[in-house]
Amino acid sequence: MEINKVCYRALHVPNSWTLDAYQSIGGYKVWRKILQEKTDPNKIIEQLKESGLRGRGGAGFPTATKWTFIKRDMPGQKYVVCNSDEGEPGTFKDRDIMRYNPHQLLEGIAIAGYVMGASVAYNYIRGEYREPIARMEAALAEANAARLLGKDILGSGFDMHIHNVEGAGAYICGEETALLDSLEGKKGLPRFKPPFPAAHGVYGKPTTVNNTETLASVPVILETGKYGNYKIFSVSGHVNKPGNYEVPLGITFRELLDLAGGMLDGKKLKAVIPGGSSAPVLPAEQIMDMPMDFDSLAKAGTMLGSGAVIVLNEDTCMVELLARISDFYMEESCGQCTPCREGTGWMARILHRILHGEGSKEDIDKLDSIASGIMGHTICALGDAAAMPVQSFIKHFRQEFVAKI
Amino acid sequence: MSTQLPQDITTQIDKFLAKFPDDQRQSAVISSLFVVQNNNGGWLSTELMDAVADYIGMPKIAVYEVASFYSLFDLEEVGKHKIYLCTNIACMLRGSKSIAQYLQSKLNIKFNETTADGKVTLKSAECLGACGGAPMLQLDDQYHENLTFERIDALLEELD
Ligand SMILES: Cc1cc2nc3c(=O)[nH]c(=O)nc-3n(C[C@H](O)[C@H](O)[C@H](O)COP(=O)(O)O)c2cc1C
Ligand code: FES
Repeated sequence: MEINKVCYRALHVPNSWTLDAYQSIGGYKVWRKILQEKTDPNKIIEQLKESGLRGRGGAGFPTATKWTFIKRDMPGQKYVVCNSDEGEPGTFKDRDIMRYNPHQLLEGIAIAGYVMGASVAYNYIRGEYREPIARMEAALAEANAARLLGKDILGSGFDMHIHNVEGAGAYICGEETALLDSLEGKKGLPRFKPPFPAAHGVYGKPTTVNNTETLASVPVILETGKYGNYKIFSVSGHVNKPGNYEVPLGITFRELLDLAGGMLDGKKLKAVIPGGSSAPVLPAEQIMDMPMDFDSLAKAGTMLGSGAVIVLNEDTCMVELLARISDFYMEESCGQCTPCREGTGWMARILHRILHGEGSKEDIDKLDSIASGIMGHTICALGDAAAMPVQSFIKHFRQEFVAKI
Repeated sequence: MSTQLPQDITTQIDKFLAKFPDDQRQSAVISSLFVVQNNNGGWLSTELMDAVADYIGMPKIAVYEVASFYSLFDLEEVGKHKIYLCTNIACMLRGSKSIAQYLQSKLNIKFNETTADGKVTLKSAECLGACGGAPMLQLDDQYHENLTFERIDALLEELD
C-alpha cells in the first residue's frame, strides 16, 4: 500500500517546509503550468470531479461541486478561506500539513483562487498552532519573494494574495460561518444558512471555505490525476504508534490498526470513534473489517468526519469517556440556540451524576431524549456533534451506564 | 489621558491591518490583542483593550466581547508562564489525568491558579490538535508531547 503520497508527500525530504525542498519534489509545477497555459478553470473542476475529492473538514462535500458555486467572471471581490482551525478532538492532521508541507497548501489555495477568480485568500489557523503559523508565514514570505504569489504572478496578469490569520481558542470557529465572523474580528457565532458563504461570505462577499487537507490535496491530484481517494487518518488512543497515516480510503480498520502498530500493551479492542469525538462510536466487532470510507461508515450509522480515529481498549470506561466528551461540547457551545446551550449542560451534568454513582434509572432515557431534542434543532452542527456521541454510547454500551446506577 | 500603544506594537498591528480591506480594520483585532497581551506579561487590562479599540477604530465594547469570547486571552493577571494541559479524550486515554495530578501537586496549585511565586499559571485545555503525542501540554508557545513525570520535572526545572 502506498502511504503519504499526497499532503504528506514531502515528509521524507530534509527541511521539507522550505521552497527549495518543495520545488525539488515538483512543487509549484502545476501552478506554473496553469498560469502559463491559462488553463480553463472548467478543466480543473472537471479533473477534480473525476478524482472524486470530497471535503476533508468533516462533511465530505464534493470539492468540484463547491468550486462551481462561485464563477470566475462574477464581478466584485471574491475570497478563498482555508479552514485550519482543526479543533475536532482527535484530529491533528492539518497541523502536520502546515508544519511539514506549507507550500503545497499555498499552492492549493492559489489554484482555488485561480479557478474562482478570487485574488485574496485567508488561511485561518487556530491560535495555539504557533509552530504551524510560523512555518506558514515563512513559506508565504518565500513564495511571495519568488513571485509565485502576489501581483501579476510570473507575468500572467493574475493576482493572488494569501494571508495567514489566527484564531484565539474557540472550537466553534471551525464551523465555517463562525469562522467568517471571527475573521471579521467578531465573536465566532455560526450564521443562519442560507445564505451560504458562496453567496454571502466574508465581508458579505462570495467566499469558498475549504479545509486545509482538501486544498493541500489539489496540486497532487491535478498533477497525477490520481489520489482523490486518499485521506489522512489521525490515529490516537490505545495503539502502539499513534500518528497520521495518509492512505487510500476504503482500507479496513484492521489494516489501519496494523499501520498504527496494533493495540497498545496487547490489550483487546473495545470500540472505535472513527471520525473525531462527535462521530458515533462503533464496538470492536462492527468496526474491525469495516472499510474506512465515507459511505461505509455512514451506512454503519457513524461517519468518517475529519478522519480522526480514536481507538479504545477493553479497560476504557465508556461513562467517563462520554462525560468528558459532553464537557467539551458544553464548554464550546456558543450559546445562541437554546437546545444546544441548555442541552449540552444538562447532558454533562447527568453524565457526571451517573459517573459518580448518583444517577437514577430514568437518567439514561433522559439523556437519550435530551440528545434527540438537540439533533437537528440548532443553527450549526455543534448540536448534532454533542448529541451523536451520547446516543451512540448509550445504544452500544447501555449496560455500562446501568451498572453505574 | 488614555493609554497609548508603544510604537513597536503599533508597527506590528499595522502589518495585520494590511492584510484586510481598508474598511475592515476590525479583522485585525485578534492578532492585535495577541501582541498586546504578550507585551503585557500575558494578560489584557481594560486600558490596553481600550487602546487597541482606539487604535483600530472599533467600539471598546466590541474589543471586550472578543477578548472575553476567546479562551487564549486572559483578562486577569497571570503567571510568567502559562501551561495548558490537554485533558480531552485522546490525552485522557493516554494518562492525562495522572499528569494533571502530578502537575497540580508539584506546582501546589489547581487548574486556573497561579503559583505563589507568580511563575506559572496552570490551565486545562481542550484538544490542542496533537493527540498523536498524547498526553501533551502547551507551555507558552511550545508544545510538549508524550509527557511523563520525568519530562514534567525537566520542563519545570528549565523554567526561568
Ligand atoms: C462545530 C463544527 C466545527 C468544525 N470544525 C472544523 C475544523 O476545525 N476544520 C474544518 O476544516 N472544518 C470544520 N468544520 C466543518 C466546516 O464547517 C466546513 O464544512 C469545512 O471547513 C468545509 O471544508 P471542506 O469542504 O473542504 O470539507 C466544523 C463544523 C462544525 C459544525
Ligand atoms: S486530545 Fe489532547 S491533543 Fe487532542
